[in-house]
Amino acid sequence: MWFLAACSFERESAMPQPSISKSMTAGESGLAVVFAVTAFLCVIAAAKALDAPFAFHAALSAAASVAVVFGIVNRYFDRPAELPPAEINGRPNYNMGPVKFTAVMAMFWGIAGFLVGLIIASQLAWPALNFDLPWTSFGRLRPLHTSAVIFAFGGNVLIGTSLYVVQKSCRVRLAGDLAPWFVVIGYNFFILIAGTGYLLGVTQSKEYAEPEWYADLWLTIVWVAYLLVFLATIIKRKEPHIFVANWFYLAFIVTIAVLHLGNNPALPVSVFGSKSYVAWGGIQDAMFQWWYGHNAVGFFLTAGFLAIMYYFIPKRAERPIYSYRLSIIHFWALIFLYIWAGPHHLHYTALPDWTQTLGMTFSIMLWMPSWGGMINGLMTLSGAWDKLRTDPVLRMLVVSVAFYGMSTFEGPMMSIKVVNSLSHYTDWTIGHVHSGALGWVGFVSFGALYCMVPWVWNRKGLYSLKLVNWHFWIATLGIVLYISAMWVSGILQGLMWRAYTSLGFLEYSFIESVEAMHPFYIIRAAGGGLFLIGALIMAYNLWMTVRVGEQEVQMPVALQPAE
Amino acid sequence: MSFWTRHQIFEKNSIVLIVGILLVIAIGGLVEITPLFYLKSTIEAVDGVRPYTPLELAGRNVYVREGCYLCHSQMIRPLRDEVERYGHFSLAAESMYDHPFQWGSKRTGPDLARVGAKYSDDWHVTHLTNPRAIVPQSVMPGYPFLSQTEVDPDTIADHMKTLKAVGTPYTDDQIANAGADLKAQADPDNAGSDAFTKRYAKAVVRNFDGKAGTPTEMDALIAYLQMLGTLVDFKLYNEKANLR
Repeated sequence: MWFLAACSFERESAMPQPSISKSMTAGESGLAVVFAVTAFLCVIAAAKALDAPFAFHAALSAAASVAVVFGIVNRYFDRPAELPPAEINGRPNYNMGPVKFTAVMAMFWGIAGFLVGLIIASQLAWPALNFDLPWTSFGRLRPLHTSAVIFAFGGNVLIGTSLYVVQKSCRVRLAGDLAPWFVVIGYNFFILIAGTGYLLGVTQSKEYAEPEWYADLWLTIVWVAYLLVFLATIIKRKEPHIFVANWFYLAFIVTIAVLHLGNNPALPVSVFGSKSYVAWGGIQDAMFQWWYGHNAVGFFLTAGFLAIMYYFIPKRAERPIYSYRLSIIHFWALIFLYIWAGPHHLHYTALPDWTQTLGMTFSIMLWMPSWGGMINGLMTLSGAWDKLRTDPVLRMLVVSVAFYGMSTFEGPMMSIKVVNSLSHYTDWTIGHVHSGALGWVGFVSFGALYCMVPWVWNRKGLYSLKLVNWHFWIATLGIVLYISAMWVSGILQGLMWRAYTSLGFLEYSFIESVEAMHPFYIIRAAGGGLFLIGALIMAYNLWMTVRVGEQEVQMPVALQPAE
Repeated sequence: MSFWTRHQIFEKNSIVLIVGILLVIAIGGLVEITPLFYLKSTIEAVDGVRPYTPLELAGRNVYVREGCYLCHSQMIRPLRDEVERYGHFSLAAESMYDHPFQWGSKRTGPDLARVGAKYSDDWHVTHLTNPRAIVPQSVMPGYPFLSQTEVDPDTIADHMKTLKAVGTPYTDDQIANAGADLKAQADPDNAGSDAFTKRYAKAVVRNFDGKAGTPTEMDALIAYLQMLGTLVDFKLYNEKANLR
């Protein structure tokens, strides 16, 4: 709540208008009532809970609901009678409070997620670190790592940048008064429920969709609110065209909703217990899962972050997007082809051959729009390549696009069945994922945050570009160590499993392949450690930017309508 | 009017843009997923596959809870080395009652699709308690706490009812006797063990963890592991019969 108070009213409280009598808006009173009822229901659920994790989550939800009611009432008493205006002196009065909140949360979850990644990487090298306890064992920490980096770090970056970009590119204040706060706080509460659930053994065991039924329901509500806020802001835009980045954000929001609903229908054993059984079974469940799983990559980790590329690279480089027409083709081809690629996670399994072949074919075709997007991002630099020497933030953004190009070549290659027969089930997959996750998603997020934090906190620039430079090189070294260790260990593993002696016997027992991984697991953990150190440097840099950075003086410039 | 001018309808109208996105992303999923629900060739006809016994189901829930699927696959591919290392390649029918499926995506440890009856119960108890006591190079976490937690025989029937609602063919008889069956499977001296084995073909009755009393999560998990891949008799399985 301190945060709500800190970043919500700094702008509007400057101009109190005491002439108007103050009353609660329908949103304030409605939401307060809804959360009061929710708190009551959660107390009942906690009392009747069948298992300890469910009782804990119900109690946590009850406490959070009470806090929300207090927050709303508190805000009502603190705020001026009139809600903040949509425009001040003809300039849009942007609502940056929720954006600031997500920027802070992204940094927090990022460091937490990288740290858990380092822990589980170390557990694979030194299994004693599992401590033989349920809540510290690899099987429970691994979903915590993946969810923390993808959904907590990545999700906050996506929601935050999207709420920033949609306001700026539509030249209007964010739609809704409490709704954007509901979205950003509600989303982070979902993360809290999901993450604590994993530690307590609450999971439905579908990779990247592990949260149980009640967390899924809550996410659905938050996500619909997110779509409405985003869409309503676009609808009231002052620009005739919807900016390219917003197409990608919209595709990300809409498709993630469809995927979430398709993959997660489940029947709880009891409404007072955490366990549920997924509606789909066996082969159909496998197909639903990887339709979801691959498109969580395609629409969460790709389309959403491509939106960041399309806004922040042109902004930072001060050049227009290389080709508007290419971005149109890129957009439709990418979203059409991606959705087919899921079955390449199921090559040579019991999934019918026709589905596998379709998945492989479309995965290979996907290479083209992916590189189309990469070219569009990289060529935006034409005429501004010299800036890479002087601006480490732009360098980070550009290198992220290079990593995107590399992993979107590697992906289609690994989806070819013969290659997949070697690479599947091995560390090569882990290496591939991390070249995309650390190199592309990580770096483009870091770049966007380095741009956005000074912008939304009205600072002239970052506290230190030198520290950005250090972050860039330490993290790059970390990524190189990580992915090359996993390439070598993955291919080695695959080759050992299929090696035969001259007499026609399998040459290695399984455990010999495990033993051979040991040095690579240590190198991988070292790479992850470097990546974490880079993020800590970043957190310090951003913190100092906000604390001691020089205020930017607002120039009263009249806005020119775009062509 | 050029293509680029026409495209402006998407650029200027958010609802048209959303509808466009929905249509474009729907096609791939519909084409790939819907036929799996009605094409007969998707799941083979095969004898022997049955729903899990109450104790195996409890064990499977432990397997899910501890995230075993993150390091162990349950899907043997029809490749020479895999079939020699793990056994007959996995059939779709063998996981048709799995909600959700446990095929996995990574082999930090070996595939478990046919681990059933490969090792003794004793081996499993020792290995799950401290993997490095049996396999010094192993990187698997230890699960000593499984022996200390009892399985609740009273709630397992609710789990089976839920599974029945999503399509698993449990009979009323199986659900009515769920709690008793759960205890009977881990206790060879139990009077109900004959009735239990009649209800579940090929189910094995043993004291899996070697300790007396109410079954523990160790009993349940080992009961589950020991049945994996044992239901289909591949000496009798006729591949040609499934060419349809």
